[in-house]
Amino acid sequence: MDSNKINSAPASLSSGEGRGEAKQEFTITVYTENQIGLLNRIAIIFTRRKINIHSLNTSPSEIESIHRFNIVVHETEDVVRKLSRQIEKQVEVLKVYFNTNEDIIWQEMALYKVPTDIIAEKASVERLLRENGARAVVIRKDYTVFETTGHREETDALIKILQPFGLIEFVRSARVAIIKNSDGFNRKLREFEKAEPGEEVVENEYLNKGQRIFTM
Amino acid sequence: MEIEQQALSNPTGVETIDISGSVALLEALIAEGTEVIFGYPGGAIMPIYDALYDYKEKLNHILVRHEQGGIHAGQGFARTSGKVGVVFATSGPGATNLVTGLADAMIDSTPLVCITGQVFAHLLGTDAFQETDVINITTPVTKWNYQITDATEIPEVLSKAFYIARSGRPGPVLIDITKNAQIQKFDYSGYTPCNHIRSYRPKPLVRNEYIDKAAALINQAKKPFVLWGQGVILGEAELEFKAFVEKSGIPSAWTILGAGAIPTDHPLNVGMLGMHGNYGPNVLTNECDVMIAIGMRFDDRVTGRLDKYAKQAKIIHLDIDPSEIDKNVQTTVPVWGDCKETLPALTKRIQQKTYPEWLQKFRDFEQKEIEAVINDELHPASGELTMGEVISQLNELTHGEAIIVTDVGQHQMVACRYAKLNKTRSNVTSGGLGTMGFALPAAIGAKFGAPERTVVAVIGDGGFQMTLQELGTIMQSDIDVKILILNNKFLGMVRQWQELFNQHRYSFVDIESPDFVALAAAYRIKGKSISERGEISSSLKEMLEHKGSFLLEVMVTKENNVFPMVPQGCSVSEIRLK
Repeated sequence: MDSNKINSAPASLSSGEGRGEAKQEFTITVYTENQIGLLNRIAIIFTRRKINIHSLNTSPSEIESIHRFNIVVHETEDVVRKLSRQIEKQVEVLKVYFNTNEDIIWQEMALYKVPTDIIAEKASVERLLRENGARAVVIRKDYTVFETTGHREETDALIKILQPFGLIEFVRSARVAIIKNSDGFNRKLREFEKAEPGEEVVENEYLNKGQRIFTM
Repeated sequence: MEIEQQALSNPTGVETIDISGSVALLEALIAEGTEVIFGYPGGAIMPIYDALYDYKEKLNHILVRHEQGGIHAGQGFARTSGKVGVVFATSGPGATNLVTGLADAMIDSTPLVCITGQVFAHLLGTDAFQETDVINITTPVTKWNYQITDATEIPEVLSKAFYIARSGRPGPVLIDITKNAQIQKFDYSGYTPCNHIRSYRPKPLVRNEYIDKAAALINQAKKPFVLWGQGVILGEAELEFKAFVEKSGIPSAWTILGAGAIPTDHPLNVGMLGMHGNYGPNVLTNECDVMIAIGMRFDDRVTGRLDKYAKQAKIIHLDIDPSEIDKNVQTTVPVWGDCKETLPALTKRIQQKTYPEWLQKFRDFEQKEIEAVINDELHPASGELTMGEVISQLNELTHGEAIIVTDVGQHQMVACRYAKLNKTRSNVTSGGLGTMGFALPAAIGAKFGAPERTVVAVIGDGGFQMTLQELGTIMQSDIDVKILILNNKFLGMVRQWQELFNQHRYSFVDIESPDFVALAAAYRIKGKSISERGEISSSLKEMLEHKGSFLLEVMVTKENNVFPMVPQGCSVSEIRLK
C-alpha cells in the first residue's frame, strides 16, 4: 500500500500527489466569453464552498471578445482542481488553468498619493524611487502620485516608507500573472475565435496530462 | 401551417417578416418540437400569453395552480419523454416560485427551458412592481440563464437555451424576457436550431487508451461490481448498458435515479444502492475488487462514509461530466464521455464472463434481507397495513408496466425499493434535492410525457399537502393520474430518524390531514380511503381501471421504519437490517 504514496511528502510542491495535501497560493487563469453575469456565476463557485477569493482580476484578453480572469486563492491542490473543473463546466468558459506561484510570473500594481510639500522637503525622493522601483505618475503642487509594481511584499514595503510622509491614499490592483509554460496559448486562443475550434483545442485536462501546455 | 412554418424558418434572411418578440418566442418553441407548456400568467408575461391566444392549436398550454407545480410538471414531462420540459412564469413571485424546481432539476440533471416575464428594461433595478433579480437568484440552480431585453435576441437565445438544456449533462435553463422585448416588433428571418457554442463542450472526447485500461481491469477482475445511475437513461444508452452487463456478467446495482434502466427482474440486477438500498449491494461494495460506476455521481446517500467506501476496489468511472471524476471518490481509470459511445467501446473489449460464486453472494445477502425485512414488509400476515404490501399488490396489477412517480420520504424509499419496473423512464422521483411536494405535479407532467402509459403517483400524507393545489390542474385539464396516498399520519422519515437517533423525541412530525377523499371530491376527482388488508387489491384495481384520475388513500401503520438503513456517518457495510 505504502509504495503507492511515493510523493506523499508535502515538501515537494512541484510534483505528484503531495501537492494535494497542503494549502498554498494558487492562481487560477480563466478564459471566458464576454458575458454579463458570468463573473457572478464564477464567484459563486467559490462562495458556495466558503472559499475566499484573495485577488481577482478580469479584463479583455488579446483576442477580441475573450476575457481573461486571474483568481488567487489559498487552498489545497485538490480543492483548486475541483474548483477549476466546476468553473470550466460553465457554458461560457473556454478554458481554465491553475498554477502555483512557482509556475507563474506575477505582478500587482500600486498607487500612492502623498503631499508634495512634505515629500519634497523631508524625503530623498530620488533614492526612494530608485530603491523601490517606483516612478512618479503625477506631480502637482498639492500632491504627488507614485506608482510601483511587484509582489505583495514590495508594494507593502513602499507603504511603510511613505507612511511617515503623510500618505494620503493608497490603492493596489489585483494580481496579473503570466504562466511560465504557456507556449501556444495565443495560438490556441486564436483558434477559439473560429466558430468551430479544432479538437486539439477542446481537449480536456486529464487527457492532456502528458503535455505541459494547456493542462489544468 | 406547414407553409407558414417554412416561410418563418427560412434562414437565408432574404424574406423577413415583422413579428413581435412574443410571437418569435412561440415560433421558437414550435420549431423545437414543444408539445406542452406548463405555465401561469401574470403582468410581466402578458404579451406572451396574448400571443399564445392565437397559438392555442399549435401549443398545448396547461394552466397550473402554482409555478412550483408548473416546473415540477415540466420535470415529470422531461423525465418520461426524454424531451425538454417548457415552463412559463411571470416576474417576481412567479419567478421565485420556480427556484425549488430549478434546484431539483439542476441536481437531477433534468432538461428544462423556463421562460419568465420581466418588467420593462427601463425599470430594471428600480424595485418596480413584481421586479426581482431572477437571473442572479437562479444562477446557482441553472445550467445557463440569460436575460433578453431586445426582441431580436429571442430566436438565437432560445436556440441556445434548448441546445444547452438537452445536450451533454442536461439541466435547467432560464430565460428572462423583459416586457418591452416581448412587445417589440422586429424583422424576423426564421429560426435556426443551435448545435454548437464555441465555449461549450457538451461531451468530452472519448479516448481509447482509457477504455483499453478499463477493459483490462474488468477482464482481470475476480469480483467486479457495476453501479449505474441516471446517466444511462439520460444518454439513452439502456440497450448499450444491457449489452455490457450481459456480456460482462457483472452483478449490477442502481442508484435511485437509475432505477428501471434495465428491468427489475434482470438476473444481473442485484438491487438498489445507498442508505435504504438493498443489503447485498451495500455490504459487497466494500468487497468488490473492481467497481464500474456508470453515469452516477457518488452521492453521499449512496456512499455513506467516504473514507470507508470501497477502499479495496479499483474504480472505473464513466461520466459525461468531467467535474464528476474524482469529485467524491478517487478514480483509478476515468472514462470520460457519453456512455452511449463509451459503453459499446468497452463491451467490445471485454471478455464474455460469468461470476456465479460472486453473484451468489449477492443472492445470499438478498435471502437474509428477505427473511429479516422484506417478508414482513411485503407479506405481513396480521396487524396494520404496510407501505410495502401496497406497492407489492400494485406490482401484481401493473405487472411493472406503470410509471411510478414518488414524492420524498419513507413511501419514496419503499416504492423505489419494491416497485417492479420493466421499462426505462418508469421511475420519476426527486432524488438529489429531496423535494417534498414533487410527486403530484411531476405526475401531471409524466402523463403528458408518456400519455399511453399508466401513471401512479405514490405520495405521503405530508408531501401531498405541499402541492395539493395541483388537483385543480388535474380537474381542469382532465389528466389521468392515479394518486396513491400512503398515509401514516406522520412525517415518517423524520419520525424514523427521531426514533432511532433522537431517543423517540418526536418533534413536530405528528401531522394532521384533511379528509383527502372529500378534498378530491371537491375537485371532482373520485376517491377512496381504505385501511383493511382485504381491500388493497380490489381498491388498487378500481383505481387503475377507473377512467380518469383517482385518489386512493391507504391508511398504513404509523410507526413503521424503512430498513435496511445505512445510518448517517457510517460505512455502507455497516448497513442495519433493523
